[in-house]
Amino acid sequence: MATHAGGLTASRAVRVHNLARGFGDRVVLDGFDLEIAPGEFVALLGRSGSGKSTLLRALAGLDGDAAGSGLVDVPENSSVVFQDARLLPWQRVLDNVLLGLRGPDATERGRAALAEVGLAGRERAWPNELSGGEQQRVALARALVSEPELLLADEPFGALDALTRLRMHALLRVLHARHRPTVLLVTHDVDEAITLADRVLLLDSGRIAVDLAIDLPAPRSYRQPQFLAYRETLLRALGVDETEG
Amino acid sequence: MTVSAPTRPRSAAAVPAGRPRRRLKPGRPIPFGAAIGPTLLLAVWAAGSAAGWIDPRTLSAPWTVVTTAGDLIADGRLQDNLAVSAQRAGLGLAIGTAVGTVLAVLAGLSRWGEAILDGPVQIKRAIPALALLPLLVLWFGIGEQMKVVTITLGVFVPVYIHTHHGLRTIDSRYVELGESLRLRRTAFIRRIVLPGALPGFLLGMRFAVVGAWLSLVVVEQINSTSGIGYMMELAREYGQTDVIIVGLVLYGLLGLLSDGAVRLAQRKALSWRRTLAD
Repeated sequence: MATHAGGLTASRAVRVHNLARGFGDRVVLDGFDLEIAPGEFVALLGRSGSGKSTLLRALAGLDGDAAGSGLVDVPENSSVVFQDARLLPWQRVLDNVLLGLRGPDATERGRAALAEVGLAGRERAWPNELSGGEQQRVALARALVSEPELLLADEPFGALDALTRLRMHALLRVLHARHRPTVLLVTHDVDEAITLADRVLLLDSGRIAVDLAIDLPAPRSYRQPQFLAYRETLLRALGVDETEG
Repeated sequence: MTVSAPTRPRSAAAVPAGRPRRRLKPGRPIPFGAAIGPTLLLAVWAAGSAAGWIDPRTLSAPWTVVTTAGDLIADGRLQDNLAVSAQRAGLGLAIGTAVGTVLAVLAGLSRWGEAILDGPVQIKRAIPALALLPLLVLWFGIGEQMKVVTITLGVFVPVYIHTHHGLRTIDSRYVELGESLRLRRTAFIRRIVLPGALPGFLLGMRFAVVGAWLSLVVVEQINSTSGIGYMMELAREYGQTDVIIVGLVLYGLLGLLSDGAVRLAQRKALSWRRTLAD
């Protein structure tokens, strides 16, 4: 029986204990602990080099070349969305979504996933023919079609223009509400983190400097006073003083 | 102010509006562009023969060649020899392509495969087919086996080299994608490795098809009793320049046609690519 996140079966939580990762002499993470509740949407903020991508790659099991130790307990069924859409240019859109998907109803599920991200009818298109935002939506469909319990996203909207990014935020909120996967979203955009996440973690030199629960009613907007308060807290922790600008 | 103007670097505003920007692409494809070069060559040959600049004993006139070709077809010699040659080339090409591809995948996906296979292939690449022939004759005799083996050896090298290169230059991000999707090895090879190496493979095939006909010349002019090469060798003994030219034109046409076929396959199979040539 397939496990449908958001159905009766709850997602498993993420548990990281005493994680150490380094490249050569450089220690990126050391004695790192993290727990994420099932279905929770966590945004991971941090400056470049703070170790956020290293953590995400450790959770995704994509860091075979890094030296390290520690316990990483993540659901078997997890998906990754990269900063680039990373679609295979030689496969049509639907085949990209179906990559790695098995089962007799795979094609139907792939079509449904594409329809969910608003790309019904583009199944036969080549990735080259899509805009950047559309390509990233295909990547989202590919990540969600396997109904993952954990979605790992590494700055997925970083390469998109501001308007497209806002649309993608709305889409991701809808998809998260519907499928309820546990999400770890790596980003450097404070507003994106507050808009999307239940909890924002701020990583600094391999440690969690700020662990902030976001308690805002939907739809979240800059006009909410609490939004601005969260924003100020996080920006200050990142060492940005807005009065300077 | 007016004096200093010419010394200033030209600003964008100085370019008259509406003048197109310099195009870095080669421009629009010329209709039937591929035929222009060969047609010119043919025209020079015909003009030379008609004007008497070319001695028919050195090079028969195009129309003589056409008539001779007609005679050869009429008595069935051309078809028979062509069939034999095509069979040899086809068989060698098929085996060589399969061998080259399999070796390239083995060497491309495993360090041990590369350590064991790559060296010998590179050594083979450095040895001309002609130099190997004496040994192959000793091993396989002068029959069909020797001929097909020689062609196979000529074919598998370019297929291997280009497929291996294509495979090794697949973007590592796609490999990472495969890992993140927990693709099985077979799915990884089928969906990422082979399509990713396809541009390289097809380039290798373009060399291979022409190489197959080239190897054919070598094997058919030595101890052969059939095939286009034999037909030409016989013509040399009787001093029939026209028959030799028919054979040469045939080789050229076969090479051109098979190369065209691969290019067509290339266009079909790589339609997802946007390149300089498009």
